[in-house]
Amino acid sequence: MSSTDVVVTGLGATTPLGGDVASTWDALLAGRSGVTPLTQEWAAQLPVRIAAQLAVDPSEVIERVKMRKLDRSEAIALIAAKQAWLDAGLEDSGLDPERLAVSFGSGIGGATTLLNQDDILEASGPRRVSPHTVPMLMPNGPAAWVGIDLKARAGVHAMASACATGAEALSLGLDIIRSGRADVVVAGGTEAVIHPLPLAGFSSMRAMSTRNDEPERASRPWDKGRDGFVMGEGGGALILERADHAVARGARIYARLAGTGITSDGFDIVQPDPECKGGIRAMTKAIQDAGLTGADIAHVNAHATSTPAGDMGEILGIKTAIGDHPVITSTKSMSGHLLGAAGALESIATILAIRDSVVPPTINLDDPDDRLDLDVAAHKARPLEIAAAMNNSFGFGGHNVAVVFTRY
Amino acid sequence: MATREEITSGLAEILEEVAGVNPGDVAEDKSFTDDLDVDSLSMVEVVVAAEEKFGVKIPDNEVQNLKTVGDAVSFIEANH
Repeated sequence: MSSTDVVVTGLGATTPLGGDVASTWDALLAGRSGVTPLTQEWAAQLPVRIAAQLAVDPSEVIERVKMRKLDRSEAIALIAAKQAWLDAGLEDSGLDPERLAVSFGSGIGGATTLLNQDDILEASGPRRVSPHTVPMLMPNGPAAWVGIDLKARAGVHAMASACATGAEALSLGLDIIRSGRADVVVAGGTEAVIHPLPLAGFSSMRAMSTRNDEPERASRPWDKGRDGFVMGEGGGALILERADHAVARGARIYARLAGTGITSDGFDIVQPDPECKGGIRAMTKAIQDAGLTGADIAHVNAHATSTPAGDMGEILGIKTAIGDHPVITSTKSMSGHLLGAAGALESIATILAIRDSVVPPTINLDDPDDRLDLDVAAHKARPLEIAAAMNNSFGFGGHNVAVVFTRY
Repeated sequence: MATREEITSGLAEILEEVAGVNPGDVAEDKSFTDDLDVDSLSMVEVVVAAEEKFGVKIPDNEVQNLKTVGDAVSFIEANH
């Protein structure tokens, strides 16, 4: 184990299940789905007409004039990060800005801004294109805005590793604190691409569920009837802090970020390795980095997105890297797949599972895949004492990130 | 032809929409940046919206001379 203990002292989120962490966690424990029909006019032509849309629109939180300068993904990042910042008691705490860093990413970035401004370019010409276009669509925009809002001066880093982004942002945050470059890191992920083009693109890959008539039943990881993921939007932010720094200022500590593991498949741009070799190596590295063994991991918040191809490889991976004892779940069954924010939101769920000694359910697991031979908290939340738990995130491009949290 | 008061009032509407400026704060002697807190990118939006509203062309090299609301009113009055 590293000599530098890193702990989580603040959480923030705005998700399809709620506008903050408490409401999101309540909904997850209750087994509530955040997936709803897309009623927008543009959705009628699409093969996919469902998504997990934000419970609270960012315009209800951020004032109108500021919203004009923000891509939706940036607004989400600002909201989640500020919640985490306040939750950690860092407002007016006297933290040296030069000891504060940001590690925040997005899977797709400001695509909706790009597309909306292209509509304006086509319809009205170049002079009408917003002068805010570039800072709204640039992939480092969310991290940069968080850094400006919280006055971080130890470096602002923007991850982009598709659906592993949120988890990789945590891993970089851990590295930053261990290396002594900062005492506090605001880490997380954000995503907001519920727009016809990304939906059509994922649909063309045959990656998305078309269970349009039953939105709440569409995201069903490991179920025989699964037919693809459901796109979600939202963000999650975690305050990572050097443990002695947190203790010295009397901060409330949720859990220890004990270790992370990052690998790449070197295999295919979208297909996961069917034997989950890269995932197994990531899980194994994370466990070793945490100074633990597989036997210590009591719970896994799995990547499991509800795609026919992806879900079962991870089961094999968990059994190989950890064993057949952990109680697993996929909270994507309720939140949908938040893409670049998934690793952040699911790490928050993992941390709260440790805190509250309960595994949130996997809903819609009505007819489990025959190859599913691990213990899933199906349908209902499962009480469980958890000393150590893992969150997995895998992304297009062959990114594999595992994150291990332990009770502090 | 719009009067100076009408142009000022039209600019106040644009400034409220684009930059959240209180219309009551908009007066000819107010500086866009120093008094009304309009940042450089938002100023670009104000210029484009003003061109549309008043049917004028405000060249980029002219924008730097429009320090105050009164400067903009004078330019629009002379060119629309």
